[in-house]
Amino acid sequence: MTEKTTTRDELIEDIIDRYDGETGMLIPMMQDLQTECGYLPADELRRLAERLDLPVSRLYAVATFYSSFRLAPKGLHEVTLCIGTVCYLKGAGRISEAICSEFQVEPGGTTPDGLFSYLPVNCVGACALAPVMIVDGEYHDGVSVDAAMEILRTLPAEEIDSEQEAQT
Amino acid sequence: MIQASGQQLGSASDLEAIRDRLGKQRSDDAKCVRICIGTGCAAKGSRKLYELFTKAVEETDTKVEAVTCVGCHGFCERGPIVVIQPGNVFYQRVEEPDVVEIFRETVIGGRVVERLLYEDPDTGDKAATCDEIPFYRVQERIVLAHNGEIDPTSIEEYIAVGGYAALAKALTTMAPEEVLEEVDRSGLRGRGGGGFSTARKWRSCRKAPGDPKYVICNGDEGDPGAFMDRSIMEGNPHSVIEGMIIGAYAIGSSRGYIYVRNEYPLAVVHLKGAIDDARAMGLLGENILGTGFSFDIRINRGGGAFVCGESTALMASLEGRPGEPRAKYVHTVESGLHARPTNLNNAETWANVPAIINRGGDWFASIGTEGSKGTKVFSLVGQVVNTGLVEVPMGITLRRIIEEIGGGVKEGGTFKAVQTGGPSGGCIPAEHLDTRVDFDELTKLGSMMGSGGMIVMDQNSCMVNVARYFLNFLREESCGKCTPCREGLAQMLHILDRITHGKGQQGDVEKLEQLAELLEVTALCALGKTAANPVLSTIRYFRDEYDAHINDARCPAKECRGLFRYKIDEDECKACGICLKECPADAITGEKKVPHVIDQEKCTLCGMCWDKCPFAAVLKV
Repeated sequence: MTEKTTTRDELIEDIIDRYDGETGMLIPMMQDLQTECGYLPADELRRLAERLDLPVSRLYAVATFYSSFRLAPKGLHEVTLCIGTVCYLKGAGRISEAICSEFQVEPGGTTPDGLFSYLPVNCVGACALAPVMIVDGEYHDGVSVDAAMEILRTLPAEEIDSEQEAQT
Repeated sequence: MIQASGQQLGSASDLEAIRDRLGKQRSDDAKCVRICIGTGCAAKGSRKLYELFTKAVEETDTKVEAVTCVGCHGFCERGPIVVIQPGNVFYQRVEEPDVVEIFRETVIGGRVVERLLYEDPDTGDKAATCDEIPFYRVQERIVLAHNGEIDPTSIEEYIAVGGYAALAKALTTMAPEEVLEEVDRSGLRGRGGGGFSTARKWRSCRKAPGDPKYVICNGDEGDPGAFMDRSIMEGNPHSVIEGMIIGAYAIGSSRGYIYVRNEYPLAVVHLKGAIDDARAMGLLGENILGTGFSFDIRINRGGGAFVCGESTALMASLEGRPGEPRAKYVHTVESGLHARPTNLNNAETWANVPAIINRGGDWFASIGTEGSKGTKVFSLVGQVVNTGLVEVPMGITLRRIIEEIGGGVKEGGTFKAVQTGGPSGGCIPAEHLDTRVDFDELTKLGSMMGSGGMIVMDQNSCMVNVARYFLNFLREESCGKCTPCREGLAQMLHILDRITHGKGQQGDVEKLEQLAELLEVTALCALGKTAANPVLSTIRYFRDEYDAHINDARCPAKECRGLFRYKIDEDECKACGICLKECPADAITGEKKVPHVIDQEKCTLCGMCWDKCPFAAVLKV
């Protein structure tokens, strides 16, 4: 337990140092924290607020205002669906409905089994590929409802860390 | 190519000396392979092509000068795009197996692989270079001039094509006031949506008391269907940086920020690299080019909030707060970021500055219309044959953009409307296609230039639903600070939801108009004030569609679920049984060799049969 606390404190100190402790850089600091932890853990947020001498409510205001911040752990995979105008005109709305109903997930949430986090976003700027779904950074273009479902149904449920390590 | 990065440039002549050396290396005969790695091409696997070409070069004895990754060419529809030098051979839709053939035939043999060239769908003519393709022929490229030509991660390539010459010219031969005058003469107006005079903004900021002064690049391109700034930041990041340094010099600022949208990771990487390279060469930081002028830039990633494209909201975000706009009775040029004078321009505006300084304000002003000078980049998307990024002189007609460059409506559809200006803009119908594109003309039509999204819609798009889409978008993105936007949009959406579900009431359109007017006069920020434009413009030009929904519970475009029915065309039906099997309501009957029939009583209008029918025999009626 002690060891964990030290590590967490060190992480917060390190992040604060990257921005010279400037409170104006709160958003980049929280982005870094999310990159390190995968989400914004309550303890870490409290510690960051304490160190910057800001009320915790200010950090929560920021965390809940911007859609890219997450207060709960993310799923094993990250699924982003573009629902920008062109993707929407080409059926992204129906893909989103299908994802939510089949996998019992809310936009911005994670499936009950933790398989993936689902985030619909407003335009990824790849309109020539519409509709676009991004799974773990990989772009799938011109997806139909069926194609999207098939991709999600076949997502590996196991940790893929070892595979990635082997590749690098 | 020689390594120039990291070499400190102590003066403008140091820069010219390096450019001279770099230029000598760039001969037109050198063999080069350029692969587009813009988001569109990269999504179709162009990075893998880069690896394969690099490997091919390693395995051959032929001298190949370079295999480089370049920024977006704009012709995203035809990606991945590979250009081979010498000859500027333009290959499109290149796939992994093509690499061996391109390398053997073109790179080594100097012969053209015909099947990978662009073929004109009307004439069947093949185009060997991009200049022969209609998509490019009508364009005039200033901002995108070097996109697709240089490696965005190499400061050397930018310098070799004339990069930072404008900066050297401004810093060593012009006083800040002279830079302002040059920009004033150019008539440049902000490309982010407002269309405010750039020179006037700069001048006000210069005059405002306070220190330090800030300059900001707004790269928070949030309009759905628009990706101009993304391609500029990804494909030629130094042009934005150079523009900002020149602006900072004119304004008297020492500190800059680039605020990039969270959904644009590649733009962040390229800008970061470019800033580091420029700093290492003494083009950013203390005492730039030995002139005593100091300026540095920091990058911030957005948090995923559309409203941060609004200048005061963006500044709040840069201060580490939720991005809520404030009333602008005190202008940001006087009191902006950290209550200091702040000048904010969008990425495309900044990227125009180096060309204006290099070639003069008069040259820039010679392009375009009376009130709108220069060129504008548009992202031409939707139901159009050639999706992509286009740069055209102001004053060109919408028709030329959509028909000549865009190749007309996709799949033989009928043009219905073009949506410009994003969620603050409007839908322009066919009868106004001959309108000249400039800031003022589009506003007259009830739309606006906006940041440059241009979404083409055909007969299958329901205009009421389009209005509903934008309103839903804006309601979700409304920051909630002012009541008219927070509550007004929710009420408007409620009414539009009702209409698109066939439950519209008499007087709904008038209520929408009333709420729209309320928003326009009482909302706090520009996003709220213009939020009703998509609704107002569709009412103005497509009132009959609203009436059909309200009076007859009918959707003329057959898009709103429940306001049309599905029917199987007896002549087209091959009685294959697919729809019968897939129908979740068991509403379809039929047997082998007998055309299937939908029982309208049982049908839940889910559309599964329409999706699944391989013969397009299911009709919407």
